[in-house]
Amino acid sequence: MSMEDLYQEIILDHYRKPKHRAPELEDEAVHVHHSNPLCGDEMDLRIRVVDDHLDAVVFDGEGCSISQASASAMTVAVTGRELKDALDLTEDFRRMMHGDEPARPDDLGDGIAFTGVARFPVRVKCALLGWMALRDAIETYERGASAHTVTHEE
Amino acid sequence: MAIDVARVRDSFPILDRQVDGHRLVYLDSAATSLTPEPVLAAMEHYYHWSRSNVNRGVYALAEEATDLYEGARSALAGFLDADPSGVVFTKNATEACNLVAYGHVRARLGPTDVLLSTVMEHHANLVPFIEAARALGAEIRHVPITTDGQLDLEAAAGLLADGRVTFAAFVHVSNVLGTINDVARLTRMVKDANDRAVVHVDGTQAAPHLPVSVRDLGVDTYAVTGHKMLGPTGIGALVARPEVLERMAPFLTGGDMIRDVTLTGATWNDIPHRFEAGTPMIAEAAGLAAAIEVLRGHGMDAVRAHERSFTGHLLDALGTVAGVTVHGPKDVDLRGGAVSFVLEGIHPHDVGAMLGSRGVCVRVGHHCAKPLLRCLDVSATTRASGYVYNDRDDLEPLVDGLEAAAAFFAR
Repeated sequence: MSMEDLYQEIILDHYRKPKHRAPELEDEAVHVHHSNPLCGDEMDLRIRVVDDHLDAVVFDGEGCSISQASASAMTVAVTGRELKDALDLTEDFRRMMHGDEPARPDDLGDGIAFTGVARFPVRVKCALLGWMALRDAIETYERGASAHTVTHEE
Repeated sequence: MAIDVARVRDSFPILDRQVDGHRLVYLDSAATSLTPEPVLAAMEHYYHWSRSNVNRGVYALAEEATDLYEGARSALAGFLDADPSGVVFTKNATEACNLVAYGHVRARLGPTDVLLSTVMEHHANLVPFIEAARALGAEIRHVPITTDGQLDLEAAAGLLADGRVTFAAFVHVSNVLGTINDVARLTRMVKDANDRAVVHVDGTQAAPHLPVSVRDLGVDTYAVTGHKMLGPTGIGALVARPEVLERMAPFLTGGDMIRDVTLTGATWNDIPHRFEAGTPMIAEAAGLAAAIEVLRGHGMDAVRAHERSFTGHLLDALGTVAGVTVHGPKDVDLRGGAVSFVLEGIHPHDVGAMLGSRGVCVRVGHHCAKPLLRCLDVSATTRASGYVYNDRDDLEPLVDGLEAAAAFFAR
């Protein structure tokens, strides 16, 4: 396995200088905490919602470069999007991680750099952690709740 | 006689492999060891020449297969200084631990019994007993560790003081810290506190690397696995004192483990067969016997001396890399070959990916010992572990890979 296949420069940029990484968010609508006990990754994701749009998305956490960089790229790709649209994009990313061609490559932004991760099955869950937290945050918001904790067993 | 690594390596064909143009550097023997030619040959010989079932045929092939299988039992008993009638073959050490949890703890103990475990356990020697305690409504106590990664025997004495502990399960050599526990001493402590207590030990990381006498350790049951001691996957054993095995309830039922069956019940075969339901792993037993012969050829004193020396070099090599913190004893007399460490600021998965891209195989993650990792306050570590085929030539690629990871993931 080649390091360059897995760790594209864009991924390393997000890892070294993460976007929207913050431990708090003013007027947050939902805070979710996701962890993956198999690798010890921890992710806190907070969203602020205005008029059914993601007004702000911030993450914080600990984990490998793939999980942290993917969360960073995700926040850039989804901020400002309508909730439904963000969910649709999340599904596109998830399918990409399982080997499908992304339907919305331009909208995924830097998320497209993670295409190669699909070839490393043990790292797919790392790339998905931030996106799955986002999906859960939106679904939690839609249920009218403000917090949710999820432990990913797989 | 000291181990001649160059000669040893000749019998491991996999070591000729290149990975993406890099020489294979295998430092993951604590997860599973590589397989030498004699083990492959023994398994192949069974399939080519003596393939048949054990314990029931009356023809030559079946007698050969039975001899192979029972010969492996004797070989393992001899290797661990135990009685062959107490050796039960299992799929692996995990199954051996579960056999004790079901055959002894769940079947023979009750809610007033107290179980003793430690925070150092692999999940295989922990979860079966946590679940058994839950099923019984019994208490389970855990021996903590000291700051240098040893079992805290003073605390253990406190946990044993009321004399209520009737079962103890603990590890011989830690798969994370490498710590070699003083099994004989803790076993004596448990039995001094309650002479009815049964002591079970997980010898997974010990049997491949140290001379082990189950008799001298004084334990009742001892779990081992073949695939970490040069043998094939799919075979392990519970090595028990026969009188302890006699008192255990059958775990899996079916063919071979019965004496007589009616439509309303069954009587049980003699030990150890009582605990081996169904056709066993015959080829794997032949492979395990060959692995034991290889290890005995080296001599377990020599295997341990080599490990001690290699682990010293490994610790020294890790000491040259900025940002590396090793968990577990630094004194090679107190530890086995599994060396866990963290590289500051870089997740072990990233470290492992960098090493893997250079042909260096290490384990990253929680090593199936989450309570221990919580004690150490880390979510994951990188673990390098050597065996008879490793020497100092394997350390330069490891160090270079760690330095490359540090540079690559620098923030």
